Amino acid sequence: MIARMRLPSRWRPAIAACAAPILFAQRAAAAAQPPLSYLRSAGAKADATLPLTWGLLAISIAVVVIVCVLVLVAIARARSRTAIAHPDGNASAWVYIGVGLSSFVLVCALVWTVRVLAFVNAPAGRPALTIEVTGQQWWWKARYLDNDASKVLTTANEFHIPAGKPVRIELIGADVIHSFWVPALAGKTDAIPGQVNTAWIEASQPGRYHGQCTEYCGLQHAHMGFDVVADAPDDFSKWLDAQLAAEPAATDAMKQGQHEFEFHCGACHTVRGTEAGGTVGPDLTHLMSRQSIAAGAAPNNAGMLAAWIANPQAIKPGTRMPTLGLSDPQIGDIAAYLATLR
Amino acid sequence: MSTLDAHVIEPAPSSGVLEKIWATPPGILGWLASVDHKSIGKRYLVTAFLFLAAGGIEALVMRAQLARPDQHVVTPDQYNQLFSMHGMTMIFLYALPVLSGFSNYLWPLLFGARDMAFPRLNAASYWMYVAAGLFTYAGFAMGAGANDGWFNYAPNSERDFNPGLNIDFYALGMIFLGVSTTVGAINFVVTFFRMRAPGMSIEKVPIMTWGTLTASAANILVIPAVSVAFFLLWLDRQYGTHFFDVAGGGQPLLWQHLFWMFGHPWVYAVVLPAIGMTSEGLQTLCRRPLVCFEAVALATVATMVLGFGVWVHHMFATGLPALALSFFSGASIIIAVPSALAVFAWIATIWTGRPIITTAFLYFASVIVLFVIGGVSGFMTASVPVDWQLTDTYFVVAHLHYVLIGINLFAVAGGIYHWFPKMTGRLLDERFGRWTFWTMFVGFNLAFLPMHVTGLLGMPRRVYTYASGFGWDTLNLVTSLGSLVFAAGVLMLVIAVLRGLRNGAPAGANPWDAPTLEWSVPSPPPTYNFLEIPIVASRYPLWERTIDHGAARSRLRTELRLEAGRETLATSALDADIDLVMKMPGDTLAPLVLTIGMALAFVGLLLHLAWLTIAAALVTLAALVAWLWPQRELAQIAGAPR
Repeated sequence: MIARMRLPSRWRPAIAACAAPILFAQRAAAAAQPPLSYLRSAGAKADATLPLTWGLLAISIAVVVIVCVLVLVAIARARSRTAIAHPDGNASAWVYIGVGLSSFVLVCALVWTVRVLAFVNAPAGRPALTIEVTGQQWWWKARYLDNDASKVLTTANEFHIPAGKPVRIELIGADVIHSFWVPALAGKTDAIPGQVNTAWIEASQPGRYHGQCTEYCGLQHAHMGFDVVADAPDDFSKWLDAQLAAEPAATDAMKQGQHEFEFHCGACHTVRGTEAGGTVGPDLTHLMSRQSIAAGAAPNNAGMLAAWIANPQAIKPGTRMPTLGLSDPQIGDIAAYLATLR
Repeated sequence: MSTLDAHVIEPAPSSGVLEKIWATPPGILGWLASVDHKSIGKRYLVTAFLFLAAGGIEALVMRAQLARPDQHVVTPDQYNQLFSMHGMTMIFLYALPVLSGFSNYLWPLLFGARDMAFPRLNAASYWMYVAAGLFTYAGFAMGAGANDGWFNYAPNSERDFNPGLNIDFYALGMIFLGVSTTVGAINFVVTFFRMRAPGMSIEKVPIMTWGTLTASAANILVIPAVSVAFFLLWLDRQYGTHFFDVAGGGQPLLWQHLFWMFGHPWVYAVVLPAIGMTSEGLQTLCRRPLVCFEAVALATVATMVLGFGVWVHHMFATGLPALALSFFSGASIIIAVPSALAVFAWIATIWTGRPIITTAFLYFASVIVLFVIGGVSGFMTASVPVDWQLTDTYFVVAHLHYVLIGINLFAVAGGIYHWFPKMTGRLLDERFGRWTFWTMFVGFNLAFLPMHVTGLLGMPRRVYTYASGFGWDTLNLVTSLGSLVFAAGVLMLVIAVLRGLRNGAPAGANPWDAPTLEWSVPSPPPTYNFLEIPIVASRYPLWERTIDHGAARSRLRTELRLEAGRETLATSALDADIDLVMKMPGDTLAPLVLTIGMALAFVGLLLHLAWLTIAAALVTLAALVAWLWPQRELAQIAGAPR
């Protein structure tokens, strides 16, 4: 009968067995910090969520271990018995005790959940700025909103925020549903056509935090990454001013490249201060300030830019950017011009 | 099986009269026209396993693609079709139909009846399932398989973003399959309440039937939601309506609500019958009544009722207000309570029983552990802030596979080992069975336990490839290797069944000394199931001699032969008092012709061939008329002798 179970001696190995994998996992999580891991946090919102994640994970592992032990012990004990124990007797009492304990743990988890939810639902202070982030197949557009129209900035796939301050994110789905996720800073919020969802993020320390679309959005859902770069407030102001500046006129050596760019690329891409004013693709005004191209599909360097212009479909099959059939010299000129957009 | 000290069941004398009345005539036409629930049940099982194989091969191709970073085994388009078809196949064409197979085969035998309440509807349900499955797979074979995931979110499934026939195949196929599931569900509910042997009052109903009853009741309520959703989507795509299209004032979230109002109860529908099988198998093999029987039955129903109120936990990230999220978070956490009850009841049953460690027992006992692993990861997704992190990552993929494989496939494998002797009269090899079990168990956990960590490290689901440097490389390789081992285990299961069919040892009527009525008839059962309709006096008719049930003694030998044509008894819903003698329909091609008509009509709708749709509708109508035409044998003609 279960009633004869000696609790202390049974629970000790169970507790040890529960703690070991958690300690191991915590150490492993701290040692390796993969870019999209949510077992680390770097901002108020993720900081508040992480203990809950670990807590529920610990409860979960403990429950699994306890049930495994109970099943194994039950089989081992019962096999050595010769007579069948019937009517339910104590057995049903233990079932109800188990259900009662489980319910208590579940209700505690629910209370904890709702408290964390209330905390992360809105930032403690006024957001330092609002960024309108648009998810589209398959890249991210960011517009830094400001009442002063001359200070509205548009950029793509890599956007900076001031560290230590909450930033409001307004999410727009331009075509299908996407989901905005920077695991080190905050959980996901969907970008849904026809509605504006708001989220907020905050990074406590300067750093680069990787993000990724997490709602399946078609052919190149896999390559829809982005970076949020948190700068010290002064650095952020400098970055913003630099980004707001139009591109200085191209040097003579680059005139040909700029011309080719305006002619072949300008219908979709913008480089402020030039004839290129398209809004279908990413704004390229300060392209070289970004570390990757094509929403994280490839690193940003002269060689990769040339390869991308020559045949984007080879690098990101299905991307909305067509293969234009340009000649090698044209590609070289354009890539060289793009490399000057700092 | 001398270790099982089985009760000796006297083999009932066979009845030539009944055999003649109930037998399906030989030949292909007889096979196609059969309405025998046992044939239909076995066909469901075989067909579901064929779809399981198809979905499994799709999974293995995906695992080859994901084994290492930056691979090019398949193109993005192929990968997207693979994961969509895999999900659709496993969830719709395997998981529920395989359980319907067990229920179709076993229910009349468990209840002491000669068939399901609506035998022709039963045949129609099966044929429509096959036709709908082939319909969706026809698209895949043409390179136009579903490609927006099994939950098919709008607007990515709208024509603007998905111009091919892919989604049309899927949408029409799902509407078709919905008809099959709905009529099947109605059949189960009516059978449950009307076809039980005299005396099998509601508290004596075998535990395993509660799962299918609950799932069927839920399906009747929720399938309209998904059928409407797919129909509206098809209208959007083909006739320019704007239900989900923002440009025309539509609302993408409407799709998600309609889909998940159906989708979440469906998840319970594909596990509750398997949980019932586990309860039934464990109590039999532990040689004692299930602990807390009534509570477990009620917990099954409670899970389903709560299951109607949790669908928004699939939509936590869609920007709904925090207050609404709190409610659905609470419901999603509390729904674990009835599941916990079942788990503790199973453990207590083993603890206080005398388990016979058969292969089936290993599977059923493993269900307890896998159920708990899938349950606690589900509990984590129920917590809104945590879910915002782990939703749409591989953590959720791991979770849902523990639910669907752990609770469904492992219970099904246990069910095969447990009931194969009843279905065929032959035992499966136990030694090979143990090897099969451990291969499946080790392979499954090797593939899917590390996948939780892949998710915690942030790997999003539904990506056709990934770069190195995210910490996912080794984990993915382990998962791919584990999936190979697991696939080998499933293959061994199929081999075990084929070997058993060929040269399994004779099983006898009741090899496991089981307590329920299906074990009182020979293996395999005669076409008419019961020579005489039994009269039931307790929950465990075949255990009354070993387990004290007061003076209650069920009677297997009654005079209720009902030999005046295809007949069985209908009883009252709660107390199972004899109500009337049911005239049962004989074999007919009408359900098959009806299905062919409907399938052609769907092809006509798909290809915009109005003439085909109209012609096919006429065929369907003709089949219905033939089906409903009054028959003397069914006492549907006034004045005809009963």
